[in-house]
Amino acid sequence: MKILVLAETDGGRVSEKSLPAIAFAQQKASEFTVLAIGDALQGVETLTGYGAQAVLTVNHPALSKPLAERYAPVVAHYARQLGADAVVATTTTFSRDVLARVAGLLDAPMLSDIIALEQTDGKLVAKRPIYSANLIGAFEVEGAPVVMTVRGPAWGKPEPKGAESPVQAADAPAEIPMRSEWVSLQGGGGGRPDLTQARVVVSGGRPLKDPETFEKYIGGLADALGGAVGATRAAVDSGIAPNELQVGQTGKTVAPELYIAVAVSGSVQHLAGMKDSKVIVAINTDPEAPIFQVADYGLVADLYQVVPELTELLKNSKG
Amino acid sequence: MKILVSVKRVPDPYAKITPNAAGTDINRDGLQMAVNPFDEIALEEAIRLKEAGKATEVVAVSIGGAESQEQLRTALAMGADRAILVQTDEPLDAPSVARLLAAVYQREQPNLMLMGKQAIDMDENQVGQMLAAILDLPQATFASKVSVENGSALVERETDNGIETIKVSLPAIITADLRLNEPRYVALTGIVRARSKPLETLTPADLGVQPRARVRLTGVEAPPARKAGKRVNDVHELVRLLREEARVI
Ligand SMILES: Cc1cc2nc3c(=O)[nH]c(=O)nc-3n(C[C@H](O)[C@H](O)[C@H](O)COP(=O)(O)OP(=O)(O)OC[C@H]3O[C@@H](n4cnc5c(N)ncnc54)[C@H](O)[C@@H]3O)c2cc1C
Ligand SMILES: Nc1ncnc2c1ncn2[C@@H]1O[C@H](COP(=O)(O)O)[C@@H](O)[C@H]1O
Repeated sequence: MKILVLAETDGGRVSEKSLPAIAFAQQKASEFTVLAIGDALQGVETLTGYGAQAVLTVNHPALSKPLAERYAPVVAHYARQLGADAVVATTTTFSRDVLARVAGLLDAPMLSDIIALEQTDGKLVAKRPIYSANLIGAFEVEGAPVVMTVRGPAWGKPEPKGAESPVQAADAPAEIPMRSEWVSLQGGGGGRPDLTQARVVVSGGRPLKDPETFEKYIGGLADALGGAVGATRAAVDSGIAPNELQVGQTGKTVAPELYIAVAVSGSVQHLAGMKDSKVIVAINTDPEAPIFQVADYGLVADLYQVVPELTELLKNSKG
Repeated sequence: MKILVSVKRVPDPYAKITPNAAGTDINRDGLQMAVNPFDEIALEEAIRLKEAGKATEVVAVSIGGAESQEQLRTALAMGADRAILVQTDEPLDAPSVARLLAAVYQREQPNLMLMGKQAIDMDENQVGQMLAAILDLPQATFASKVSVENGSALVERETDNGIETIKVSLPAIITADLRLNEPRYVALTGIVRARSKPLETLTPADLGVQPRARVRLTGVEAPPARKAGKRVNDVHELVRLLREEARVI
């Protein structure tokens, strides 16, 4: 299977979120090419050490922001030109936006957020979470190319390969559609590790009251562990935490080494985004809270009492 | 301005979903069905645009078996002016749905199409983007705020990196995220009024489309369960176990 991997970029910089898609390609492809799109793209060299045939970069001023309407035709063009059997990216809002449009342009079948792929008697069978990750579905797909997004935590990191893949500058299409325009981006950053990449995630729920309290207790504990901060939808909806921190069915999927859920009830929608974490800790006043059913370690206690204690203990014992 | 809204019939988001005995599909006996929550939000947005005097007509469209009429009646009761059912019992995949919706779009020629970002049964999140590609229209996915002004829409989008604002010229495809609005409850008067609103039924053949699913669900299983953990008494015990037993800190 010949695979074209679409690297995630924000138009200016290549993101490490692309790595699971490259790990997928290493496992499933006979050969693969990576495509990165933007304007004066930085960080392309981070994609060259994994055994790709080539890393194609398309730079153009009209591609300086990741607008699906502009990126999709570029991806479709190179998928055709390379004769790709599959076009793949890690599942993120970027890839969902761009690749489903690519599938539309190529009239290709698509599989979203896959966690397994088998090829038996020329048939492709993929597995992916369905019904809010309550179930796993097996899907048979026919036709090529197939467009796929792959669930980051299921594919992990690619193996470093000695040989460096050549970086090749490639042309942007002559005509780029210009009916959508980028205006602004609010949020992000904060100096903490990226939620989907972090080794430790500390998440807080609705009882954290307001942004200051959330930052003090959840942010404080996360910093003591060098971790990222997550939140429930209820916390985001009440304005306690910013949108991009939401974990769950309609937020991000995470699978860190350690996930600490503080005052999180454990709704199926929240569990959908974190139950593949290696070790789960729950801190909750309600001994019957569903989060305890998936927690490796459960502490029935008031967060306002134990989170400061825990944070102090971790800080001191580290020093 | 005319707005087209797609509406999918899906299991109620709070229903318990289990695999059937053969493990080929879910157990559908007595399963409560509903309008896909994201479509309800898209429809609410369309109705609000009409109430604000920015739209003149809201048309709801669903693709599926005769039973999808139920969800279209709900859409009419919420405030859609008329509804279209593209009736088929054939298995569909996202490209087939997108091609059928594209044909309805061509017939209706709306100025804006609003739809959910994903259907909560298969969680694919594909149809809106595919439809935009097929119709060669701009797209704004995962919308959490939409303002329509002079032939374009300013849309705030929920992305992994934060709230992104983009501007798309109309007509366009906009897909709704959860925080776009809170859909209204359907009033009894709405339900009564909905009975007399037009609901047209078409077949794929009427639209000149022959759907064929290239992605087919062949098996359903429960995900691996996590084994039950233990309760700890205090933070000292927690830290000790995380260090010595789990070895994650
Ligand atoms: C279509 C759909 C999609 C959704 N997607 C998501 C999603 O992606 N992510 C998501 O998270 N949710 C999602 N939800 C919402 C989800 O159903 C729950 O409402 C939400 O996860 C609950 O958040 P919570 O645990 O913060 O709040 P609550 O349910 O209010 O729970 C708070 C918990 O904190 C405990 N508590 C209270 N005070 C303290 C204290 N002082 N110390 C310790 N513990 C305390 C309580 O016992 C309780 O268990 C979705 C819902 C729908 C319908
Ligand atoms: N059978 C259908 N009938 C009407 N609309 C649909 C159908 N399937 C998908 N859609 C629309 O496409 C959106 C995205 O669905 P999906 O890509 O399947 O997750 C949904 O929110 C619906 O608005």
